[in-house]
Amino acid sequence: MMDPFVTFCLRMGDNALILAQRTGEWCGHAPALEEDIAFANMGLDLIGQTQLWLKLGGEAEGKGRSADDLAFLRTERQFTNCQLVEQPNVDFAHALMRQYLFDAWHLPMLDGLTQSSDERVRAVSAKVIKEVRYHIDRSRDLVIGLGDGTDESRARMQGALDELWPFTADLLASDEIDDDLTARGVIPDPAPVIEAFNAETAATFAAATLTVPHTGLTRTGGRNGIHTEHMGFILAEMQYLQRTYPGVSW
Amino acid sequence: MSTEWPLWEVFIRGQHGLSHRHVGSLHAPDAEMAIRNARDVYTRRNEGLSIWVVPSVEITASSPEEAGQLFEPSESKIYRHPTFFEIPKEVGAM
Repeated sequence: MMDPFVTFCLRMGDNALILAQRTGEWCGHAPALEEDIAFANMGLDLIGQTQLWLKLGGEAEGKGRSADDLAFLRTERQFTNCQLVEQPNVDFAHALMRQYLFDAWHLPMLDGLTQSSDERVRAVSAKVIKEVRYHIDRSRDLVIGLGDGTDESRARMQGALDELWPFTADLLASDEIDDDLTARGVIPDPAPVIEAFNAETAATFAAATLTVPHTGLTRTGGRNGIHTEHMGFILAEMQYLQRTYPGVSW
Repeated sequence: MSTEWPLWEVFIRGQHGLSHRHVGSLHAPDAEMAIRNARDVYTRRNEGLSIWVVPSVEITASSPEEAGQLFEPSESKIYRHPTFFEIPKEVGAM
């Protein structure tokens, strides 16, 4: 087992990195210029967050790996992001729902992390939480606006929710690594984070006239390196330059 | 799609003590989203401390055809400019 603290940093950083990669795909393609810029901004926020978490993870690991090394030179099974963030954009509804579900977990998680017993974690999360407060205000408003919108927008939002909801299990999962960190006060107890996620999503989906599917289906494994078929393609595109021209910089 | 959203005029205050300045316009479904869009479109390089948005249809503009009667009469009235006073050095920048 890897060092729990390093694993935690990689999980936080990988979530931000892979979601940033997906978010960045909208650049030049979003349905309106304003959304295009907003999504690109959010992607850049997430890249900044990636740098903070992966830098911290690399330093804690002590093997001299930089944030760039960790982002560009690990293989699929070594990435620990949840499966939700690697799901494809499909349409604006999917991208937005993915963002909202992630934000709904990210905010209470960061809120807990600002109380961490580890000073470095407190510093990173205090910086990051300001960005994420804005992200969720934006994604929540759009989920409500489009859910409680036209027949077309509502159907698309419901379709996205049906498809993505099973992946929230991965977002909310915890294992012995988390237990160890929770016991040491480094990360928050998962129960209040899950409770906040449930309260947030219940209120928003009620306002958006959307229904959470009750299929009981869950998809997990991303946090331990088990990914969906989409992950390899993301890495192929993201890592292409460093793999083809090792050590290149500009 | 964006053309279905109403147009908003955006005013940003860059620093404390300065007034809001018109920086441009954007489309948004409502005032709240207009503020958010303005934040993303016009303040991402740290330009702003405060944002106003106003529906463009609420702005009443002077007509270019009336420019003559509105503005030309003041061209020949240089005595309305405070250029005939010596400002004491001690006053500093005004």
